[in-house]
Parts: sequence; C-alpha cells; structure tokens
Amino acid sequence: MVPTSYYLILSAIIFTIGAVGVLSRRNALIIIMCVEMMLNSVNLTLIAFARQWDNLNGQIFVFLVMAVAAAEVAVGLAILIAHFGISKSTNIDDVNVMKW
Amino acid sequence: MFDFLWLLFALPTFGALIVLVAGRWLSQKVVGGIASAAVLGAFVVAFLSFLALLGLPAEERSITITYWQWITIGDFEIPVAVLYDPLSAMMALTVTGVGALIHIYAIGYMDHEPRYQRFFFYLNFFILAMLILVMSNNFLVTFVGWEGVGLASYLLIGFWFEQRDDQYGWYADAGKKAFLVNRIGDAAYLVAMFIIWTSVGSLTYDVVTHEAASLPTTTLIFITLLLLFAVSGKSAQFPLYVWLPEAMAGPTPVSALIHAATMVTAGVYLIARTGHLWELAGPVSQIVGWVGILTAFFAATLALVQYDLKKILAYSTISQLGYMVAAAGVGAPGAAIFILVAHAFFKALLFLGAGSVMHATHGVIDVRRLGGLRHKMPQTYLTFLIGAMSLAGIPLLSGFWAKDAVLAGIAADGAFAIYAVGVVTALLTAIYSFRAVFLTFNGEPNDQHVYDHAHENKMIMLAPMWILAFFSITIGWFNTPFALALEAFLEPATGEHEKIALFLELIVVMVSTVISLFGFVFAYARYIRKEQWPLTLASWFAWLTPALENKWYIDRVYDVIIVQPIKAVASWFARIFDPKIIDGAVNGVGSVINDAGEAVRKLQNGAIPTYALSIFLGVVSVLFYFLFVG
Repeated sequence: MVPTSYYLILSAIIFTIGAVGVLSRRNALIIIMCVEMMLNSVNLTLIAFARQWDNLNGQIFVFLVMAVAAAEVAVGLAILIAHFGISKSTNIDDVNVMKW
Repeated sequence: MFDFLWLLFALPTFGALIVLVAGRWLSQKVVGGIASAAVLGAFVVAFLSFLALLGLPAEERSITITYWQWITIGDFEIPVAVLYDPLSAMMALTVTGVGALIHIYAIGYMDHEPRYQRFFFYLNFFILAMLILVMSNNFLVTFVGWEGVGLASYLLIGFWFEQRDDQYGWYADAGKKAFLVNRIGDAAYLVAMFIIWTSVGSLTYDVVTHEAASLPTTTLIFITLLLLFAVSGKSAQFPLYVWLPEAMAGPTPVSALIHAATMVTAGVYLIARTGHLWELAGPVSQIVGWVGILTAFFAATLALVQYDLKKILAYSTISQLGYMVAAAGVGAPGAAIFILVAHAFFKALLFLGAGSVMHATHGVIDVRRLGGLRHKMPQTYLTFLIGAMSLAGIPLLSGFWAKDAVLAGIAADGAFAIYAVGVVTALLTAIYSFRAVFLTFNGEPNDQHVYDHAHENKMIMLAPMWILAFFSITIGWFNTPFALALEAFLEPATGEHEKIALFLELIVVMVSTVISLFGFVFAYARYIRKEQWPLTLASWFAWLTPALENKWYIDRVYDVIIVQPIKAVASWFARIFDPKIIDGAVNGVGSVINDAGEAVRKLQNGAIPTYALSIFLGVVSVLFYFLFVG
C-alpha cells in the first residue's frame, strides 16, 4: 500500500503549482484553473487521510469541496465573461477598476 | 376634599396644552378665555380646599399627599408630593386668585397682540410652575417650580424680543439679564440642597425642620446664607436685585403677575417654609433683617426719582419685598406672608392701572408726558389711587395693617435699628406712591397729544382692577392687631408668633399713621399745590441726586467688577482658546487620520495578483506562527 506521506507530498506539489500559477499568470482562465488545482490538491489530502484513519468524514467533505468548486467556477466564469464584454481581454491586469 | 388637589396642577396644564395645540385655530378671546377659565378653575379648587382645611382642627392642618416616587437611588428618595398646610393654602389662593384676575385683564390688554397663543401658554405654564413651587413638600420639587417660574419669567420678559428702545435696549436682553442673574441664586440653592442632603439625609421640609435642632450651628449658617443668596436672586434683594427693574420690558400683565404679585415672593415663601432653620442659625437672622430692610430703603430712594411709571412700581416692589424678607428674617414669618398677600393685591392693582394707562395712551409710560388723566380715565384713577393708598400705608387699608404687622414684628424682636430704617422707608414709600398718582392723574396734561388720545378702557380690564381694589382695601381686615386671624391660621406652618405688647403695638401704629399721612401731605404739597417747603426739605438731600440718578452706581460697579471681566475672559476664549486649542485639537485628530488614510490607500491598487499575493502571504505567516511559534 502506498504510504500516506506520498499522497501528501504529491498534494503539496500540486498545491504549490496551483498557488504559483494564481500568483504569476495573467490570464484569468488559467488562474481559475489553478484555483481548481489547489482545491483538488486539498481533496487529495482529505481522501488520503480518510483512508488512513478509516473515517468517511474526509470523503464526504470532498463532495462539499467539489460542490463549492463548481459554484466558484460558475460565478468566476460568469464574471470573466461579463468583464470580457467590456474590455475584450482576459488579462487580469486590465481588471483594475476597483481601486482608489 | 383634598383628593382633588391634583386638579390644581391639572387645570393649568390642560389649559396650557389646549392653547399650545389648538390655539392657532382659535381667536384671541377664546384662547384668553380658555387660559383664564383654567386658572379660575384652579382658584375654585384652591378655595374649596382652603375651606376644607379650615374645617379641620388646627393641629391637623398639615396634609401630605404623595402622588408617586420621582427619584429613588438607595436612600435618596424624592417623592412628588403635596404638602397642604395653611402656608401653602394661602400661597395657592393668592397665586390662583390674583393669577385668574390678571389672566382676564390680559384678554383686554393683549387684544392687538398677534402672538396671543404664545402669551397665554406662557402665563398658564407660569401658574403651573408657581403652584408646583408652593405646594411641594420637599426642596427638590420646589426647585423644579423655582426653575419653571424662572423660565416663564425669562420667556415673558423677552416676549417682545424683536423690539428695542433707549430704556431697555433689546427687550430680549432684559430677559437674558433676569435669567442669568437668577442662575447665580439658583446655584446657591443647589449647593444649599447638597449640604442639607449630606447633613440631614432628606430633602423633605418636615424632616429637615424636625432635624434642624440637631445640626451644628455652622452648618445651619452655611445652609441659610446660601438660601439667602437664592432668595435674593428670586425675590430681587441686594445684591441680586438688578434684574427686576429691567424685567419691566415685559407686557404689563406679566409685570403684575410675575414681577410683583407671585414669582418674586417665592423667596419669601421659602424663608417662611424653612423658618425653623433661620431661627436656629444665630446671626443669620440679623443679616437677613438688614439685607431686607436696606434693600427696602435703597429701592425706595430710587423709586423717588424714576420717571417711568412701571419703573417706579418695580423699585417699589423691590422695596416691599425687602420688608417681607426682613420680617421673615427676624422671626415674623406670619407678618411676612401677610404683607406678601396684601402686596400681591395692591401691587398687581397698581401694575394693572399702569397697564391701563399704557393701553389708553398707546404705550406712553413716562410720567412727564402724562398728567391730568383723571378726567379721561376716572375708574383707572380711582382704582390706582386705592392701590397707591394701600401701598403708602394710609390707615385702615390693607397695606397699612401689613406694614404695621411687619414693623411691629421687627420692633418686638428688639431690632430697633432695623425698625428705624423701616420707618424711614415707609415715609419714602408714601411719598413715591402719591408722586406716581399725582404726576400721572392729577395736575395739567403735560402732553396734549397724549391726553387727547387717552380713553377709558373696556370692562374686561376694569373689572379685575375693581376686584383687586376691593381686596386692597379689605384683605388687611383679616389680620388687624386686634384679631390676628391670618397669622393665627398660619401658625401650624410658620410656628408660634410672638405676642406683641399692646403699648408697643400702639406706638408702632401711631408712628406708621403719622408717617404715611405726612408722606401724603408732602407729596400733595409738592406736586399739586406746588408749595415751597417740600422743595426746601428736598434740597437738603440735593447732594444725593447724582447717586440716585445713577441708581447708587450699583449697576456700574457690577459692570466693572463682574460683567467686563467676564466679557474679557469670554472674548479671550472666543478669539484664542476656541479657534486655536479646541478647534486645533479637533482638526488635528482629523488631519492625522486623513494623512494616515492618504498613505494607506496606495495599498489598494486594484490589481488582483497583488491581493492574491497578500492573502497568500497572510495565510503563510499565520501558518508559520501556529506551527513554529505558537
């Protein structure tokens, strides 16, 4: 059986890739994808621990996270499309109207 | 019967509220009628209660009715309660009786006044406050009334606030002066209450009177001196009398009701109510006697040289209040209340007479422009003459008996120096009373234009004057030296009065009679017959003229030592302290926050990656803290 630590290491790698992607990329679509990646890395952690402790709570929680992720994508894409209608661009450096 | 005493307060309140709410849709006569009916109703209640009180045996004539607890903090309890005893019964009768007559008179007097609703609202409010003052059973609720009448006085003195003339300046300023001077006395009243509370533990008159004997004399001296200061504010005694002459800027019915008959007697009432404290306070009783009689004397000298009819009456009021305070101070509170009641009638009458003259001549009140009016206004003349005779102490009228009771009380106390000043003052009183009558109504018209326009007033103004004139003659008969009915009636509230030896009484009566008749003869010779000898007599005192014309320089002294320094300090505060320090502090706080905001707002640059980075760094540092530090 694969040790739990392997899952955790993989999860950390995916999470870091996602976080760096959110911080460094400028394309809004890619940022949303990176956010999804971070959420999925957390899901992986939850499932790994669920298996280790023989406890289904973690798996149930994953469903909740997936539901939130779905909602987030729906809202995020909707904002993106709405903003695209204004600026004809998916570059988030153009999304800067909410400042002083 | 005493179950209905609350009506005494409810009726003026009700009248005031109707006038306040519905007054704008009602005519002047209806508004005046409602206000008068309310006070008249209160008078009926007061009179029936008075009869019920007479029906009780003398020792049971002190009834306390508690309506509710106003303040309860630990041991500190202030009930809203009525103390109905002979003293408050007399005061309630006087206030509502004279008040009702003056209300009725005001319907006629204020008939050209556009703000009549406001006027009658204030008047009813005044009656309510005055009744609270005299009926309360403790110092604090009395203080509520005390402030209430002060407020009514302020509002009514400045009733014509938009007017100004050479004599009063802005009328609003006259009201302000009255209010501010009274505040000084009120502060003393408050401090006196604090001392009473800390030393006795109660503010109820019964308890305080009962416990007074166990207090140290120094405490009593402090309390009574502070109360004396409060009294000198409200009852216009030295050193705080200066507001009363200015108060004549108000409409004449107000001068009659508030600044002659009722409000200004509140201080005398307070001394009578707390008489036991003053008896025990050693030297204070002499001080009160001297303050009162000297005020009486100096005010009488000023009344001699005034040319404004209302000012003559105002100084005369101060002078008569001086008699009351002196009598109350030397331990003759019964006599003080007696002259209070008598004075309420004849002085109200004199003011209403002056108002009648003003109404007939469209506001002319300077006696140098009047004269000869007896042909045009015979009824006003007759009533005014009765009032003046009563004031002068012509034998058998109320004022005679009242002044006699006061002087006899002072003499019986052994204070013969005070008595002597009182007699001299009585002479001056007789002279200025008849001077006022003769200059206004006798002789030849000084201003033909004014004379031609003068006319007798309507019955609604004359009827109250005739009723007051009736009582100015008769009220004294209830308390002649041979049958002291009033003083005996007051005894449960004011304490036993001293029995005055018959020969002393006779001497006092003789002296008073001679003095008042001499005053009449002097004034008659001086102003009607224009004989030489009064002028010769007066020329002995000619060197006093500048002092008298400058009102003994008191106003000027106050101006230099109090008013100007306060104005200087105030203007320093206005020019330096307020803009620099107060505004500086406020603006300083504002600009610090503004600058900080200016610096911080740069962080909010609208770029989403920056926000994401700061959230990320925040999470990392929180995690770092919990994993490695916490």
